Amino acid sequence: MDTRKKRQQTERTAVSNHDQNQKPIPPGEDQNTLLQYYYQMLLIRHFEEKAGEMYTKAKIGGYCHLNLGEEATVVGFCTGLDAQDYVYTNYREHGYAIGRGISANAVMAELFGKETGCSHGRGGSMHLFDLERRFMGGYAIVGGQLPLATGAAFAVTYRGSQEVVACQMGDGTTNTGAFHESLNLAKIYRLPIIYFVVNNQYGMGLRVEQGSAVSELYRKACAYDMRSERVDGNDVLAVRDAVRNAAQIARTQHEPSLIEAISYRFRGHSVVDPDRYRDPAEVQEGRGNDPIAAFAARLMAAGLLNEDKAREIDEQARKDVDAAVQFADESNNPSVDGLFDFIYASDDAGGKEQ
Amino acid sequence: MAEITYRQALHDTLREELLRDENVFLIGEEIGIFEGSYKITAGLLKEFGSKRVVDTPICENGFVGMATGAAMLGLRPVVEIMTINFIVLAMDEIVNHAAKIHYMFGGQCPVPMVIRTPGGGGQQLSATHSQSLEVWFAHVPGLKVVAPSNPADAKGLLRAAIRDNNPVIFLENLALYNTKGEVPAGEYVEPIGKAKVAKEGTDLTVVSYSRMAAIALDVARRLEQEKKLNVEVVDLCSLRPLDHTTIINSVKKTNRAIIFEEDWRSFGVGAEVAATLQEEAFDYLDAPIKRVASLEVPLPYSKPLEIAALTGAKQLIEAIDQLTPRRRR
Repeated sequence: MDTRKKRQQTERTAVSNHDQNQKPIPPGEDQNTLLQYYYQMLLIRHFEEKAGEMYTKAKIGGYCHLNLGEEATVVGFCTGLDAQDYVYTNYREHGYAIGRGISANAVMAELFGKETGCSHGRGGSMHLFDLERRFMGGYAIVGGQLPLATGAAFAVTYRGSQEVVACQMGDGTTNTGAFHESLNLAKIYRLPIIYFVVNNQYGMGLRVEQGSAVSELYRKACAYDMRSERVDGNDVLAVRDAVRNAAQIARTQHEPSLIEAISYRFRGHSVVDPDRYRDPAEVQEGRGNDPIAAFAARLMAAGLLNEDKAREIDEQARKDVDAAVQFADESNNPSVDGLFDFIYASDDAGGKEQ
Repeated sequence: MAEITYRQALHDTLREELLRDENVFLIGEEIGIFEGSYKITAGLLKEFGSKRVVDTPICENGFVGMATGAAMLGLRPVVEIMTINFIVLAMDEIVNHAAKIHYMFGGQCPVPMVIRTPGGGGQQLSATHSQSLEVWFAHVPGLKVVAPSNPADAKGLLRAAIRDNNPVIFLENLALYNTKGEVPAGEYVEPIGKAKVAKEGTDLTVVSYSRMAAIALDVARRLEQEKKLNVEVVDLCSLRPLDHTTIINSVKKTNRAIIFEEDWRSFGVGAEVAATLQEEAFDYLDAPIKRVASLEVPLPYSKPLEIAALTGAKQLIEAIDQLTPRRRR
C-alpha cells in the first residue's frame, strides 16, 4: 500500500510541475504518430463518457465497464502490436477494440445491441469481436480468455508463423487458476504470447493487496520462470515500448512475457457502481493523474502540440463519438428471425486458416 | 468389414484423421509417452511426433481452453479428458467459451474441436471416478454430444466429430473399450444428430445410448430368441442434437417406451426423451413411459453396493416385463 501511495505522489508531482519536469519525448518519435496516440486516447475518453451517458438513457443494457483513466494503458498496448497479431481481452474492452481499429461506430452499435455492431448485437459491451482486425474477443468470465489466448499462441507455433498473441486482463485475474495454468502452459510450450495485466488497483471493490498474496503482480511470473516487468500505465510510450519489446522477444525467441501496467480506474467497476468503497481523496488523487492531460503536457513541452491543435484533436474525437452514437441509434436491431443464427457453424464454415 | 474392438476403432480413426488433415492434433494428459490411460492413442506419438500428439500437464481448464483457442485459429484439436469426472474442472472453457464463441461473436469464428472422454461406472472406481455427466453438456446450445455404443458407430461418429465445425463432446465408456464389432473399412462417416433403430421390433421400444444401448440390444435379441417378445431398440447415438423423428416413429409403431440410461434418473436423458414423447406422440402411447436409470447415490466402492446402485440388464428386463402388452404375457 505504501509503495503505491509513494508512487502516486511521485507521479502527481511530475504531472503538476508542467513544462520543466515533463518526461522528455524520446528522440526519433514521429510527431504524427504521437498526435494519433493523443487522438486515440481522447477518442476512447469521449467514447466511454458517452457510453456511460447512453447507459443512463437506457440505450445500453446489461453490464458496461469503462476504460476511463486507462487510456494510456489501452493505446500503449494496442500500438505496441502489429496488425497481424492477435488480441484477447477481458470485458473492460471498448477502448481496446477501438485501439485495434474497430470503428467507434461498430463498437457503439454493439453496445446498443444493433445488427451493425461488431458482434452483430449478439455479444454486447463485454463481447466485442472482429476477426479481420484479429480482435479475438472480449471475455466476461474472469480468466476465461487466458487459456484461449494461450491456445491461439499454440496455433501460431503449430503452423510456424510469426504472429504474437497479446492477452489483456485485470489485476484480479492473477488470482485465478486459469492464470496460473496458462502461464505454465505458455512457458513449457514456449509460446509467443504476452500476458498484459492492467493493475487498476481494484478487482471490483477488493484492493489488490487484500486479494493477492503478492501485490507486485509482475512477480507472479517468476513461478513460471517467465520474464516480466512492471510499467507505468499512465505513460503511453512506456506501455507501447514494453509491449513492443515483449512482442519482439515472442517473435524471435518464442518466449512468453508478462507485463503489469499500473493504472487507475476513474469511476466504479461498472457504470452502475456508485464507487463507495474507495477513499474520495484517493479517487481525487487518481483522477489528478490523468494520462491524457499528462501526455498533452509532454507533447506541448516538446513543442509537438499547441493549444489550438489540442482543441482541434479533441473536437474531432468528440465529433467521431457523436457520429458513432448517431450511427448506433439509426441502425436496425437484429431481426428476431435470426435468433437461432450462429448457434452452430455450418459445414462449410471454418476449417480454414484464420 | 473387420471385427475390431471399440478401442481399436477409436485408435484407427484418430490415426486416419491425423494422416488426412495436418490441422488435426491430439492433446491431453498422458496420451503420448504413456500412450493413453486407456491406450486409445497407443503408438501415435511415435508415428506423428510431439507436434501432433501433445502431452499436457494436469490442468483440464487450461488445456481445454488452449484447444479452444487453437480451434479459433483454424486447427482441429481432439482433446482427451482422462475420464468424464475430470471434465468438471474444464466446465468454464467448455460451457462459457467453446459453446458460446460462435454465437456470441455473431458467427465470425467457428470452434472445430472434439473432446473425447469415457464415462460410466461398474469398475469399483467409486464416487468421483464413475459418473455419467453427459446431460450437463446435452443441455447446452452450442455443443454437440455424441455417445456411440459400438465400434462401427465409434468410428463413424468420431470421424464426423473431427470434421464438424463445432465443439463436440464425444462420450466413450470404460466398459465398452474391449467390446468387439464389425466396422466398415475406409472413409466411414456417420451423421451427428441421427438415431438408429439398432433392432426392429413391434412390442415396445427401448431408447438408449452408449453402453446401455449395447446392453439393451443384447436383452432384446435374447428375448426374441426366447420367443418372448419383439423389442425395438433405438440407439440415440447423439444426445444433442436429439433425433426426435426416429424416437417418435418407433413409439408410433410400438406404442410403449422405456428409456434405459446409466446416468441418474432425475433430470436425465430419460426425462428429456419422455417429455418429447408425451409432447409429440401422446396419442400413440398405450402405457406410461418408463425410465430405467441408476439409483441416485454417489457411486459406492464396495462391489455389492455398486451393483445395487447401477442399472443394467436385470433392471431393464424387469421394466420390460412390467410394460409388456397383456396379450403377450
